[in-house]
Amino acid sequence: MIQPQPTPNLVLTTAPFLREGTTTPVLMNRVTLATLPIIGFSIYSFGLKALLVLLASVLGCLATEALLNRNRTEPKSLLDGSALLTGVLLGLTLPPAIPLWLAILGGMVAIALGKWVWGGLGSNLFNPALVGRAFLQTSFPTVMTTWTDPFQGWGHIAKPNLALPLMQGAVDGMTAATPLGMAKFDHATTAMDLLFLGKTAGSLGETCAGLLFLCGLWLAYKKVFDWRLPVATLLTAGLFAALLHGFFPQRCVAGPVAMLFSGGLLFGAVFMVTDPVTTPLTKKGMWIFGFGVGSLTLLIRVFGGLPEGVMFSILLMNAVTPLINRYTQPRVFGGAR
Amino acid sequence: MELLWIFVSACVINNFTLAYFLGLCPFFGVSGRLDTALKMGVANTFVLTITSVCAYLLNTYFLVYVPYLRLISYIFVIASTVQLTEMLIKKMSPVLFKALGIFLPLITTNCAILGLALFQTNREYNFVEGVVFALGAGAGLTLALVIMAGIRRDTELSNVQDLVRGAAMNFFIAGILSMAFMGFAGLFSS
Repeated sequence: MIQPQPTPNLVLTTAPFLREGTTTPVLMNRVTLATLPIIGFSIYSFGLKALLVLLASVLGCLATEALLNRNRTEPKSLLDGSALLTGVLLGLTLPPAIPLWLAILGGMVAIALGKWVWGGLGSNLFNPALVGRAFLQTSFPTVMTTWTDPFQGWGHIAKPNLALPLMQGAVDGMTAATPLGMAKFDHATTAMDLLFLGKTAGSLGETCAGLLFLCGLWLAYKKVFDWRLPVATLLTAGLFAALLHGFFPQRCVAGPVAMLFSGGLLFGAVFMVTDPVTTPLTKKGMWIFGFGVGSLTLLIRVFGGLPEGVMFSILLMNAVTPLINRYTQPRVFGGAR
Repeated sequence: MELLWIFVSACVINNFTLAYFLGLCPFFGVSGRLDTALKMGVANTFVLTITSVCAYLLNTYFLVYVPYLRLISYIFVIASTVQLTEMLIKKMSPVLFKALGIFLPLITTNCAILGLALFQTNREYNFVEGVVFALGAGAGLTLALVIMAGIRRDTELSNVQDLVRGAAMNFFIAGILSMAFMGFAGLFSS
């Protein structure tokens, strides 16, 4: 009698293997592609100055990458798309009225201090774009927290945009407040449709929550990043926002949904938390990372001195990522329990 | 609540190493290995706590009569506490004693310890507040040391540029860490 052969779980075959062809440039370009709608919206919303700021930060990144790696023969790091992506992401986190020379400087710091000294792409422990932004935020806090109203016309350039390097820029009379700033300092809420459709002030890429959500879904569908990271971040932030809003409505005026949709949380969760280089490798580690980013963000937003804390939370969790990796290593198969 | 605030403030908001830049010698010196870093943090916390108690007692019962002896008596207290710690560790764990090396006696000159005693006197903390402050500062030092040790372990295995390998890279890391910790500025203050 012939026993039916059980289907093997693991099929071993010989070469040639089918290759997916997902190389570093392909991944980088997919993320860059996902930022295109957001770039488009920021130009639609903030006008010409958004395009100029983005170009400036990309220029800073690409020039630094080319200069620092000019003696490198293989592979050409300028062409792998990572410096371009860092420039775009940095630009999207900057306020619209930032002087252009600061955007260039931020790009240079992002590549030099955020990536190059560590040994290039894949060796850095901190998100390069956020290192650049943190440098700008801590060195030029006033400029980095001066916001302008959206929809001031296509060709609009704010006076501070054109400030000369190291000079006191012309002060623009028109300033605005971000939804988080209003919630923190004036205890005012912002209507949900304004947040969802991006009709608020803020950094270039963070205003339109609906668009960010769609881009995130597309990237997750394409498996460019692991869905656990952004989901853990947003879930934690939403949960803490609901709790704090319930218990301290005076301190935390925004509800959970408004908390998720305002400020850089969604942008950070889609584009920064998902950076494969600077986040944990294990699944358990990813949940811990997301929990850390979400809770620290809420801590800084609700109890801190600053209205926004996404950047600092991600950098802090980047700092403990080596420790997370170390303590969430999966058991070796067949090894001791 | 006040005590909790003192602890959190000393631990993260005004972290001695990353916000005040005190105690940098052990921060750069013994952050090469994770377990050594952790034990150095604990040793520092021990010295900090004893110093805080002694500084409080001295300040209340002795220095009110001779205030000009403040600095020298603090230094005297710190030096003897470090001696005590050194003898304890040498007796209890010779391996750790060797691993900490010169940095163990160097706790004497660790600015974080004298800084703590002086901060505590300036802010007129009472006995309990002083101890909590010392524990918070110690926890903060340990936190900074452990994070730094984790990062350094990764950078030693990665291809850091030859130009900056070693001390320069550690300074860059400390700078980025310090920027990240600036996010805590103003926490619980309003």
